[in-house]
Amino acid sequence: MTAAKKLNLKQKYQYLTRNMDWEPSYQKKSDIFPQEDFEGIKIVDWDGWEDPFRLTMDSYWKYQAEKEKKLYAIFDAFAQNNGHQNISDARYVNSLKLFLTGVSPLEYAAFQGYSKVGRQFSGAGARVACQMQAIDELRHSQTQQHAMSHYNKHFNGLHDAPLMHDRVWFLSVPKSFFDDARSAGPFEFLTAISFSFEYVLTNLLFVPFMSGAAYNGDMATVTFGFSAQSDEARHMTLGLEIIKFMLEQHEDNVPIVQKWIDKWFWRGFRLLSLVSMMMDYMLPNKVMSWQEAWEVYYEQSGGALFKELARYGIKPPKYQDVANAAKEHISHQLWTTFYQYGHATNFHTWIPKEEEMQWLAEKYPNTFDKYYRPRLEHWDEQHKKGERFYNNTLPQLCQVCQVPVLFTKTEDPTSFSHCDTVHEGERYHFCSEACGEIFEDEPAKYVQALLPVHQIYQGKSGGPELPQVLTDYYHINIGEDNFDYVGSPDEKRWNEIKGIKPLNKDTDAA
Amino acid sequence: MAVKAISDYTAVPNDLVENFNGMQLLYVHWVNHNMFCAPFTLLVSPDATLPEVFGSHIQPATAPHPESAKIDYEKIKWELNGEPFTPSQTETLVSQGIDHKSMLRMTTPGLNGLYNASF
Repeated sequence: MTAAKKLNLKQKYQYLTRNMDWEPSYQKKSDIFPQEDFEGIKIVDWDGWEDPFRLTMDSYWKYQAEKEKKLYAIFDAFAQNNGHQNISDARYVNSLKLFLTGVSPLEYAAFQGYSKVGRQFSGAGARVACQMQAIDELRHSQTQQHAMSHYNKHFNGLHDAPLMHDRVWFLSVPKSFFDDARSAGPFEFLTAISFSFEYVLTNLLFVPFMSGAAYNGDMATVTFGFSAQSDEARHMTLGLEIIKFMLEQHEDNVPIVQKWIDKWFWRGFRLLSLVSMMMDYMLPNKVMSWQEAWEVYYEQSGGALFKELARYGIKPPKYQDVANAAKEHISHQLWTTFYQYGHATNFHTWIPKEEEMQWLAEKYPNTFDKYYRPRLEHWDEQHKKGERFYNNTLPQLCQVCQVPVLFTKTEDPTSFSHCDTVHEGERYHFCSEACGEIFEDEPAKYVQALLPVHQIYQGKSGGPELPQVLTDYYHINIGEDNFDYVGSPDEKRWNEIKGIKPLNKDTDAA
Repeated sequence: MAVKAISDYTAVPNDLVENFNGMQLLYVHWVNHNMFCAPFTLLVSPDATLPEVFGSHIQPATAPHPESAKIDYEKIKWELNGEPFTPSQTETLVSQGIDHKSMLRMTTPGLNGLYNASF
């Protein structure tokens, strides 16, 4: 008697993605997969779908379980050893507040999105790939929350991230990004998330956060980063595979995919402006500047990618040049925005110390001293006089990306790149031509946007006055979570941990 | 273009003027004063005059800027929704075309922001 030969990985994958699928006989295929055609993408042969990793359930489970075991052992050690005391400076924790409210809920949204589209394709290979990614995203959302939960015991602003994600004004930027993608058809969702987000832009999100964690002594978050790295590599590969698959299936797909690339590159770029300020301003120990990161991870990697896609007739994203030119500005523009609305955030803001100003001036020789240092020094003076600047009037928001209309023109960095349009008798405002163009393509989608500023003025955010909005609706604890870092309970606690005398801003641990 | 959808796709705008309880939105941008990171969004009565809105909303909004106190209302150059505009002192906002979600840009000759940086 001979033992049954064990299946190899390739055979297992073949069974999972091809042989377990079947042709329906008493239901129409279009009834079973009703969302497959309406976007106009034509798939002639789903067997052309190749998952480069050929992951099967048993190997996935085994591999992830091993990673999980190690990860939680480190979380436990971090908590038992009071790992939060070894970070560079308590200002660092504010980038975790931004991550936990802005990014971790997106992982959950991605889980929902992939679960949904994983049901919508008639090709079993694509369905399996989406289901695996859905599980990854759920796991990332959970492990990120567990990695950061230790900080919630010692610092403010981390206590209600999911609610804040749904309600707080600036978090509508990431939220609306994913809502836009999830409410699109399955192929647009994959272009938006698997390709533009995971492939083109993900390094600009993960490298700064995870290297930032490493540079600032946050072992819990670094370990999460390592544990997610192999998943992210898989997602990136899949993102490219998906695009090539669509492009190879039918030439009619090319203009549709191009339009989505143009749109989702821009939406991703706007979303990442939050990361730009995190890198340049919120990390006490800096990794690299936003400009350097953009040059390495977009201009070089993206350049190579779009060269590769040129043979399919795909061009680089339409507004890529605007994004490239903005690399010298956006982090400063974002930070000065959050600084002035720092009474309405769940994290602290501050004026950089002099050595940080010097670093910024070195990294941004064309722009920092000319445009942005004077702002920061002016506000620093005001603060020292006891008149810390807060902007008490709500800003105009872009109808599409929902960022305040703060970005400036490429040719004139002192004037806003605002534009507007009238659609069916209503006027709409945008931060840029690119966002305006996204609106013009699908106005019916974006006229429904819940812009937080307008929601407040409609009386739908807890009350007519800002303090009520902040406490009752946003769950921000006034005087604890918000306002300047200097004088905050976080700063006080950190100084106690480190034995630093209070109110000695320029001499504490850098 | 219409939204590509699996069925007829219709939508009601979220920010129609009737959702603002008798008030309307007005955006105001003080040109060359980027201390304020973006144009302001104000909630105003459509029956107010512009001088009233200037006193009740615009001045308090711009007050933190050192040049704010020096603004001479008479000398302000206005643009309404991208076009040069000469406002009336007595007509209501809505009767002179400053309707819901209109944007006013105000330029203040001689006051061009601080530090030669439009701040």
